[in-house]
Amino acid sequence: MSVSSIRSYLTTSTNAAPLAVFRVFFGLLMLISIVRFAANGWIEKLYIEPQFFFSYYGFEWVQPLGDWTYLIFMICGLSSIFVTLGYKYRFSILVFFLSFTYIELMDKTTYLNHYYFISILSFLMIFLPAHAYYSLDARKNETLRSQQVPRWSIDSIKLLLFIVYFYAGLAKLNSDWLFEAMPLQIWLPSKYSIPLLGDLLQQSWTHYAFAWAGAIYDLSIPFLLLIRKTRIFAFILVVIFHVLTRVLFPIGMFPYIMIVSTLIFFDAGLHNRILDYISRWFNITKSFFDNGKAYSFPQQWVRKASLAVVSVFFVLQLLIPFRYLLYPGELFWTEEGYRFSWRVMLMEKVGYANFKVVNPDSGQSFYVDNTEFLTRFQEKQMSFQPDFILEYAHLLEDHYRDELGIDDPEIYVDSYVALNGRGSQRYVNPNVDLTEIEPSLKHRTWLLPFDDEIKGL
Amino acid sequence: MKKFSLLLLTVLLVWSCTDNGPSGPDADDFDREAILVNWADNIIIPSYTNFSEATEQLHTDAATFSEFPTASNLLTLRTSWESAYLAFQTVSMFEIGKPMELRYRDNLNIYPTDTTEIEDNIESGSYNLELPSLNNSQGFPALDYLLNGLAEEDTEILTFYTTHPEAENYRQYLTDLTSRIDSLTNEVLTDWTSGYRDEFVSNSGNGANSSLDMMVNDYIYYYEKHLRAGKIGIPAGVFSGSPLSSHVEAYYSGDFSKELFNASLDATQNFFNGVHVNQPNQSGESLDDYLDYLNTMKEGTDLTTLINNQFDAARQQASSLNPNFAAQIESNNTAMLATYDELQMNVVYMKVDMLQALNINVDYVDADGD
Repeated sequence: MSVSSIRSYLTTSTNAAPLAVFRVFFGLLMLISIVRFAANGWIEKLYIEPQFFFSYYGFEWVQPLGDWTYLIFMICGLSSIFVTLGYKYRFSILVFFLSFTYIELMDKTTYLNHYYFISILSFLMIFLPAHAYYSLDARKNETLRSQQVPRWSIDSIKLLLFIVYFYAGLAKLNSDWLFEAMPLQIWLPSKYSIPLLGDLLQQSWTHYAFAWAGAIYDLSIPFLLLIRKTRIFAFILVVIFHVLTRVLFPIGMFPYIMIVSTLIFFDAGLHNRILDYISRWFNITKSFFDNGKAYSFPQQWVRKASLAVVSVFFVLQLLIPFRYLLYPGELFWTEEGYRFSWRVMLMEKVGYANFKVVNPDSGQSFYVDNTEFLTRFQEKQMSFQPDFILEYAHLLEDHYRDELGIDDPEIYVDSYVALNGRGSQRYVNPNVDLTEIEPSLKHRTWLLPFDDEIKGL
Repeated sequence: MKKFSLLLLTVLLVWSCTDNGPSGPDADDFDREAILVNWADNIIIPSYTNFSEATEQLHTDAATFSEFPTASNLLTLRTSWESAYLAFQTVSMFEIGKPMELRYRDNLNIYPTDTTEIEDNIESGSYNLELPSLNNSQGFPALDYLLNGLAEEDTEILTFYTTHPEAENYRQYLTDLTSRIDSLTNEVLTDWTSGYRDEFVSNSGNGANSSLDMMVNDYIYYYEKHLRAGKIGIPAGVFSGSPLSSHVEAYYSGDFSKELFNASLDATQNFFNGVHVNQPNQSGESLDDYLDYLNTMKEGTDLTTLINNQFDAARQQASSLNPNFAAQIESNNTAMLATYDELQMNVVYMKVDMLQALNINVDYVDADGD
């Protein structure tokens, strides 16, 4: 690929319908997600009720705002409506990105790959002209209105989806997944009451079949979607795969988001027909937008800046999942570099953490009742993730210094973790005073080594 | 559009395939409903039946004593209190359904009991035992105080029911307590036998609200909070830094705390193994069989053996303890702490290894996963 071919690629335009359809569906699904989240009472349960929240390193300042937290969700929901309509799009998608990301950063306990995906996708969308076609903005603003958008703007969404699937597939190439069918061996038998499938899920061969099929699916689906000949077949697979995961696991809106997102791989013809349908329902004159014009950024520097940001974004997206290579030890055990890397449903970890507070002056010690500080959900997540354990230990240090007046309390943890069906093993070195360790991105020497080996990427 | 309709059809087909139609049992499958049936019919209902007989006897003997407060009637009443308290250890872990609604365990066994509140209630003669605020002045621990703790000698205790200015109130309070234990128990037993049993057994799915998930959660919760912490850990000072010997179960009776502990330990182990309450040499499907089934499939560690060995280790460690835990804590707390450690190890096996194997969540938040 020469510089000139890259340059000509970047100036190529293509029909804007796929991007517009993507914007409409993305906004709608986000609205449904937010409403569903609120309707399930999760705002209250996850962000109002707990008395303490686990923070992301460097984002400790992002905290729920008490009852004002509802306002953030309202802003997020409203901005998703505006995104759907393409009304003040750049501002709306920026507000959506900020509010959604703020919500995600409020408590690490609820971290999900899917939420991270929404965050970075909405970030990417800030730089794409998804409002140039079939939007309120384009309706009002004739200079904006364009039937063509830069090809790279649509391709960048494809690339992000490609990374998500392909990296998720790479992560499955490990001995636990392929040769032990773990953690599917644990998860699937417990779904015994699912009609028809329930009995099948008790069979060992089913677990292996699901494991291998899942890995092959993740690795091949982005290619099958890219190739015109296999596209329809691939999309059918996408639908079957995600519907199946929805039936088997409590993964909320994510399957629908992925199904709708992969539509972007289809030609403009399909998207124009979808828009025709919508137009008929809502009495919109679609032809009004069909002006044959190609979108150009309002200023050259805006275009250049957008391209630069998107390029850097993708370099980071390609690299961040591999940052675990910088750490020694077993990734699944230490979780150093585990998050933000498309390691989706890869491990079953259960833990138990019993904290001991020692008063160095009197030599007295006692154990902590975790339910005094954490919700059951938080306690569960804390008990097998080292950064949670450390953060919690510091919270306990502050609490017992301020409340009990212990000058310099020492905090030790007696913890056990079971990973992917292995017997539980002591996790944190019980002789380490956790108050002496500051949270950082450095290798965690205070964890005990993993007794087994998981081979693979 | 044809292709699109085809797609839609596929989606519908997949949905209908997964959502409709009952599935027949498979010979290779483990029958989870059999666990629920065994728990209900051979463990839970018989335990409540036995317990309810004991509470009835307890109330009868309390009424007799109240009418004729003699030394021998006091001894009889104490014996039925002990039998009932022991029988309670076999039902306390089943805080599901009606008991959860009634907060049964809180009404029957919060200790240490609040003696000041008891005395206030007796003095005033007016109290509503249904108020949650009076939970710690009723139940077995309050009876412990009234039967064993009012004075050192039995002759002195008897005076509270005979010549004390408020003797009548004492007698009344005593029978009110036994009556409440008996009526709450009848309420629970009736609920189990008049419909809840079928509801419990038929709720054999795999959701967070299925009987298996809820029962296992309650069971582990009981083991962790009420057996390990309540009977051993808290009085031994594990959570406070210094021993609290007055926090032992049945503090006033002296030599009874260890027996209660053993009864609870036996009950939890028997439940794990599905041992029939009225035929201790028989056992049906329970967590042990389920774990065996799952572990064979995964060729994993034999968790059933690990857990049973750990139950035995805790029993072994406890066997050297003084029958009076308060005395044990005051003379040699290390032995109590050692017992705690053995009990603690089984929390790890059950809460970490067993829950992982069964894939049962410890939290009731049905939040999304990845």
